[in-house]
Amino acid sequence: MSDHEYTPTSKAGKWFNDRLPLLTLANHLTDYPTPKNLNYWWTFGGILTFCLITQIVTGLTLAMHYIAHADMAFESVEHIMRDVNYGWLIRYIHANGASMFFLAVYIHIFRSLFYGSYKAPREIIWIIGIIIYLLMMAAAFMGYVLPWGQMSFWGATVITNLFSAIPLVGEGIVTWLWGGYSVDNPTLTRFFTLHYLIPFLILGLVVLHIWALHVPGNNNPVGIDVKKPSKDTVPFHPYIVIKDTFALLMFMIVFAFFVFYTPNILGHADNYIEADPLVTPAHIVPEWYLLPFYAILRSVPDKLLGVIAMLSAILILAALPWLDTSKIRSAVFRPLYKQFYWILVADVLILGYVGAMPAEGLYLLVARVATAYYFLHFLVILPVLGLKEKTLPIPLSITEPILGGTANLATAKNKESSIK
Amino acid sequence: MKNFLRILSLIIVFLATPLSSHAAEKVEYLKTDWSFKGLFGKFDRGALQRGYQVYTEVCASCHSMKYLSYRNLSEKGGPEFTEQQAKAIAASFDVTDGPNSDGEMFTRPGKLSDKFVMPYENVKAAQAANGGAYPPDMSVLVKARGGGVDYIYSLLQGYEDPPAGITLDEGVHYNKYMYGNKIKMSNPLSDGLVEYSDGTNATVEQMSKDVTTFLMWTAEPHLETRHQMGFKAILYLIILTILVYFSMKRIWSRVETEV
Repeated sequence: MSDHEYTPTSKAGKWFNDRLPLLTLANHLTDYPTPKNLNYWWTFGGILTFCLITQIVTGLTLAMHYIAHADMAFESVEHIMRDVNYGWLIRYIHANGASMFFLAVYIHIFRSLFYGSYKAPREIIWIIGIIIYLLMMAAAFMGYVLPWGQMSFWGATVITNLFSAIPLVGEGIVTWLWGGYSVDNPTLTRFFTLHYLIPFLILGLVVLHIWALHVPGNNNPVGIDVKKPSKDTVPFHPYIVIKDTFALLMFMIVFAFFVFYTPNILGHADNYIEADPLVTPAHIVPEWYLLPFYAILRSVPDKLLGVIAMLSAILILAALPWLDTSKIRSAVFRPLYKQFYWILVADVLILGYVGAMPAEGLYLLVARVATAYYFLHFLVILPVLGLKEKTLPIPLSITEPILGGTANLATAKNKESSIK
Repeated sequence: MKNFLRILSLIIVFLATPLSSHAAEKVEYLKTDWSFKGLFGKFDRGALQRGYQVYTEVCASCHSMKYLSYRNLSEKGGPEFTEQQAKAIAASFDVTDGPNSDGEMFTRPGKLSDKFVMPYENVKAAQAANGGAYPPDMSVLVKARGGGVDYIYSLLQGYEDPPAGITLDEGVHYNKYMYGNKIKMSNPLSDGLVEYSDGTNATVEQMSKDVTTFLMWTAEPHLETRHQMGFKAILYLIILTILVYFSMKRIWSRVETEV
């Protein structure tokens, strides 16, 4: 950014910009040179920003009508659904928005895995991203507790009880988290407070995430360093802005379909039963986006080790830039990695599926194998693959394969067929 | 772009399938045509009014409906009784109000703004009167059961004699759609139990359908608005997407890269 010289044309603008260089920032954001070969998997950063803002705006509105009290929370949600003007719309956007947020973040993460966006010099962007993801999970979990339905209550009980696995101090920590000897009103009020706080922490981290991105610039499908600005880049505005808008609109169509036509399909029916500490639901399942980790937790017979496995499954991602020893970023030029990548995707989907099923018989066996493979992928396959794999030759620039090079076959073929 | 869409739709299908299959228990539910399903789904006004009659004459003796007010009965998108009718319905219930200036509680006829009168003072009283089982509040019952309307509709018609080898305790009934097949509620419906004012023949099947439709409305009072708004919103988004697509093509035609 330091090499960016910008002088506002108007006198007032110059006066202001000398004191607070907001106009320089705006100019940087519009001119920001972006690789021109970014595909649609790169539009999810913008989509995620939209998701965050939507959650904050609808959440603020809901908070004006919601009552964080064990005796009134459920009723206040029904009040929102029935009597608040368009309360049903705001709540359904917020509830489904959480699912859409996770759908987008998973695509965003797996895009990064495919194209090696986490590798040098982008490790800090990646690690900030993992912290955002962790905070998202915390916010979503606490948000699910707020309606104070059966799944809220028992989900909160199960998850907070995980801390009791910590030796010696575990029980004390759980009592401290609950604010009493069971999940009750003090738990609800503190969860509400934290659920309100976390999105703003995420917002701050998103600013850092984007700032860190703007230092090296975007990775791209070819995965090579791009000279900027050059023939390989386009200015962010209008090229990327219009493309992100188009992708966002398509995403909004899917989003709207859930909100207006199947608003409850991603939730659990039991959460429309008011919380009852005396009645345990037949199956306690978390929301879909937490299911893979839930499966990992349950696949380990020991409680403490299960918790450790679950946490490691997330934290291992933070070490990814160093676990992946390959110097080549994009999977396009890593034929073996590409196959292992898709196996990992299948593995995580399988974990999600068995996470929704009862932990017994075949399901448990599958969960154990899938859990083992998950760790195998990151701890063994990736480090070894980087050293052993025979990679394809990478092009020197983004324009090269398009203008007749052979390396990026897919792009070259596309181009050919469109010329004919 | 093609790959992108293919993978995206796969993910969405994958997301939706296991979640909806939760709901499907082993038994096949009875199926019927629900007028409120689909993109333009609306409630059958007659069914809602008849359903209210079944609820109030049969279910309401045990099941509360605590999130509804009498005013809701005349609101748009619901049974749409006239305001006079809703007022008359409200007035037919005795509501405890107070304390008055003497500090006494008193009884008065219901008003539109009153919540539906509860059959029991509290949960304990309801349990005591029903052999220990609490008849669940019906306001959001349809959304609180995995099978939704199909489950409720089937349950009401699922009473039969227990198969050989199954013995039932006193006050427990056999229902093939109930979770575990044992239910404390005795068979609530029988042919001709209520007399419909519009002359519809009150078969068990008819009453089940009507009251289930009514319960869908009590759980989702804004369903019709939601469907109407949804269609407009999605149509608007599709048109906007097409326009933005062409703008994008135009803008990107300045560089020799495909979008």
